[in-house]
Amino acid sequence: MNYKLDFTPVLDGLPDLLMGCLGTILLALCGMALAIVIGIGGVILRDSRFPPARWMVKAFVELIRNTPFLVQIFFIYFALPLAGLRLDPTPTAILALGINGGAYAIEIIRGGVQSIGKGQIEAGLALGLHKAQVFRLIVLKPALRAIFPSLTSQFVLLTLTTSVASAISAYELTSVAQRIESDSFRSFEVYGTITLFYLVISWVMMRFFALISARYFSYPVK
Amino acid sequence: MGWNEFLFLLTGLKWTVALSAVGFVFGGVSGLGVALLRTSGIAPLERATAGYIALFQGTPLLMQLFVVYYGLALVGLKLDAWIAVAIGFTLHASAYLGEIWRGSIDAVPKGQTEAAKALSLRYVSRMKDVILPQAIRISLPATIGFLVQLIKGTSLAAIVGFTELTRAGNIVSNQIFQPLLVFGIVGILYFLLCWPLSLYGSHLERRMAIASR
Repeated sequence: MNYKLDFTPVLDGLPDLLMGCLGTILLALCGMALAIVIGIGGVILRDSRFPPARWMVKAFVELIRNTPFLVQIFFIYFALPLAGLRLDPTPTAILALGINGGAYAIEIIRGGVQSIGKGQIEAGLALGLHKAQVFRLIVLKPALRAIFPSLTSQFVLLTLTTSVASAISAYELTSVAQRIESDSFRSFEVYGTITLFYLVISWVMMRFFALISARYFSYPVK
Repeated sequence: MGWNEFLFLLTGLKWTVALSAVGFVFGGVSGLGVALLRTSGIAPLERATAGYIALFQGTPLLMQLFVVYYGLALVGLKLDAWIAVAIGFTLHASAYLGEIWRGSIDAVPKGQTEAAKALSLRYVSRMKDVILPQAIRISLPATIGFLVQLIKGTSLAAIVGFTELTRAGNIVSNQIFQPLLVFGIVGILYFLLCWPLSLYGSHLERRMAIASR
């Protein structure tokens, strides 16, 4: 073994890499926001009285959950222009992340809604609570508490998945790293370093979610 | 898209299946080792395996593939792309399956371990005959869920340059300029592979939910 590790290209590219981290975080946050919107909308349609809407949501969830994200992002990337929509790679990636995350969010949120027993709501009304109070205290908060762990771990997964968006050269950490790598050929050093960056990003996210959980969703109820 | 292009996609599908199978089998064997070390009760081993698992769960699969791929070349191992990605997926799977199975081992009631100890069963027999058979049953839905995730994950080998289904799709779509058709078919092929597994997994999950009621 006569290879010498050389981190100079990584150090030279550090400002770019840190900007890439920011890109990754932004991509992830936008993807999460879109996923929540799709998730809530999907749950409403999924439990609607209109059967075709129910089937469509079901089919959407199964389709997205059983195909790779890479294929989805390619498909969306090529499909959008045909639909008359010209988007840059980064918005396209956000759309793909949102759609992918949304399919998982539908299942998770639905589980949370179903976890609230009808008797709970009836009991709340019988105690003379307002409809709005019942929704806030008896439906929303316990449902959020029930789904919080799975939803947030899905979000961490979504954040890690943003690296795949480099395949359509969206602006994020992996594509920045690929540029530095192709200039310097220091593949191991570059990818090893950003792997650590990803580890830090996901660790910070997990800590953040744990803090929120401890603050708002811990028993006894505050 | 002609017949030849479709056959080329099927060849890619074959490699996707092969890569998933290798990753799952070897990852399963080493994952069992990870799970056993993680629950061994020996603090340094538990901490080391916990770190191993956290490392793989906290980084993108794509980076794991890159680092393994270039890392192996760096230590002087001139390996086929196929072997390098297979090692990458094996490591990935060992961490995830290790964590899933750790959870299932922990989920087996403590009384089972105590009873086995009271019968003076040794560690190997206690695990092999008492704990693991129950843990495997508990872990089955999650294990199948991970298998689906692994099959989908093998698509990332395309980015490293290994010609499995997704990269085959890339190549064909560059030849015939019909990306939507090609990636539509590629998506359907993945779906046909994954959906039955997903259905089986949720069937098992429902059955277990009923049994535990």
